[in-house]
Amino acid sequence: MTNEEIRQAVIDILSDISPDEDLSNLDDAAPFRDQLQLDSMDVMDIILELRKRYRVNIPEDDYGKLDTMAHTVEYLKPHLS
Amino acid sequence: MYDTVIIGAGMSGLAAGIRLAHYNKRVCILERHKMVGGLNSYYQQSGRNYDVGLHAITNYAQKGTKTGPLSRLLRHLRFKWEELALVPQIGSTIAFPGVSLRFANDIALFESEIARNFPVQIDGFRKMIGELIDYNQIGMGTDGGSAREFVARHISDPLLTEMLFCPLLYYGGARENDMEFAQFCIMFRSIFLEGFARPYQGVRLILQKLLQKFKGLGGELRLRAGVTEILSRNGRAEKLLLEDGGEIHAKQFLSSAGWRETMRLCYESGKTQEQFPAGRLSFVETISVLRHDPKKLGHDRTIVFYNDSPSFVYEKPDSLVDVRSGVICSPNNFDYAEPLGEGMIRITALANYDRWASLDEKQYRLEKMRWYDRMIDSAVRFVPDFRNQVIDTDMFTPLTIRRFTGHENGAVYGAPEKKYDGRTHLDNLYVCGTDQGMVGVVGSLVSGVTIANKYLLGGE
Repeated sequence: MTNEEIRQAVIDILSDISPDEDLSNLDDAAPFRDQLQLDSMDVMDIILELRKRYRVNIPEDDYGKLDTMAHTVEYLKPHLS
Repeated sequence: MYDTVIIGAGMSGLAAGIRLAHYNKRVCILERHKMVGGLNSYYQQSGRNYDVGLHAITNYAQKGTKTGPLSRLLRHLRFKWEELALVPQIGSTIAFPGVSLRFANDIALFESEIARNFPVQIDGFRKMIGELIDYNQIGMGTDGGSAREFVARHISDPLLTEMLFCPLLYYGGARENDMEFAQFCIMFRSIFLEGFARPYQGVRLILQKLLQKFKGLGGELRLRAGVTEILSRNGRAEKLLLEDGGEIHAKQFLSSAGWRETMRLCYESGKTQEQFPAGRLSFVETISVLRHDPKKLGHDRTIVFYNDSPSFVYEKPDSLVDVRSGVICSPNNFDYAEPLGEGMIRITALANYDRWASLDEKQYRLEKMRWYDRMIDSAVRFVPDFRNQVIDTDMFTPLTIRRFTGHENGAVYGAPEKKYDGRTHLDNLYVCGTDQGMVGVVGSLVSGVTIANKYLLGGE
């Protein structure tokens, strides 16, 4: 998957989790937590969705690396190419 | 083999089931009754729809709200805000002799009422809110001691203290006269800071949505499937024995039956964990169908919490019912676009399970009629007299609660000690629901989601 495709995959997950959220202005460099008010349970939800959809297994120690869109895309790239 | 089998299709069991099914787990919910919902259920009688359990949903949040238990819950269950179609309350009242405090889904009203009636206390009240608002709301609290001690640090007027505790205890108090600090914070926020709402169609809408979602995701539900025993080996639950003689295997088990009730399923009779006390607090509820909307009688309050003396007693009464205090709920009095039609008034009061359980069938029917009248007589001291408007009635007792929750003593809010971490002595058996420490509809749903997330959605 290209960076853009990975980004879209994460956007799709976010819009399923928060259907009322406008994601068109998401700042890729800013933490999800601040922009979308996502808490640790929501972050876990993103990780579970990635596992469900793309069979990516993310170890618990790495959860913190998925804090922004840019970091998430970077982290997922080797797993999804 | 199932990944997870869940005991009980109440709110918490259904919520956990949805989470698991969403993540492709093979999951089955076993429900003893022929309907889902547990305490929160509904029925028809003489062509009328009745709700049981839920007076109102707490933790109301407007569409677009991102924080708070309701928003979190909607995200985790993948519901759109509109699906629950929550309509906010008109407004509620705490009525004690000589003082009434109104509140609604905006703390400003409650604050102004307290400032007006208890001017010396308002600063303490605001400071108290500031402290409790930061408290962890996720549902994994710990026992932080007595709520009364916490409140006493901020509020010195005993009357105001009782008036604050009355709604919180009635809507979630598993202990007599006090609450755990953690419970108090959760309840205070859910009632006074976020507030009440209800779908136009009542609890049936919520249960239908949950069930639809669960089944749509491939979850299995077995009704009339009571569990009689949880069999274990080497510290792990292995299978469940069912009332019909069948058995069911799974990798993991989640019980919403209550702590003691679950422990009892784990051991042969006589070996239950008696060191863990049972709840004692149960309720009766009268339901009065009125010819007209109660607003026509001048009654527009959503909920009225009343108490007829300055001190409020939240204990198992010696008599069948304690009519000194109660909760009057009018499902009509939410801010609907269209009125509900017929009026309905439900009144809840404390009751003694053992006394009701000792009656024979004829006495039971007689006492229901007798106490229906006494409860209404007590309640109309605090709301307009609606007695000449009544066209139909029903009543449930602690025995009804026992039947639908399975809780010992008909203890609505379960045991006084909560098991916040949801774990048991068996590696793969967890508990959710009331005894995991969450009450109310939103609380129960959050409990199911939290325990499923924490323990049941781990590695493959």
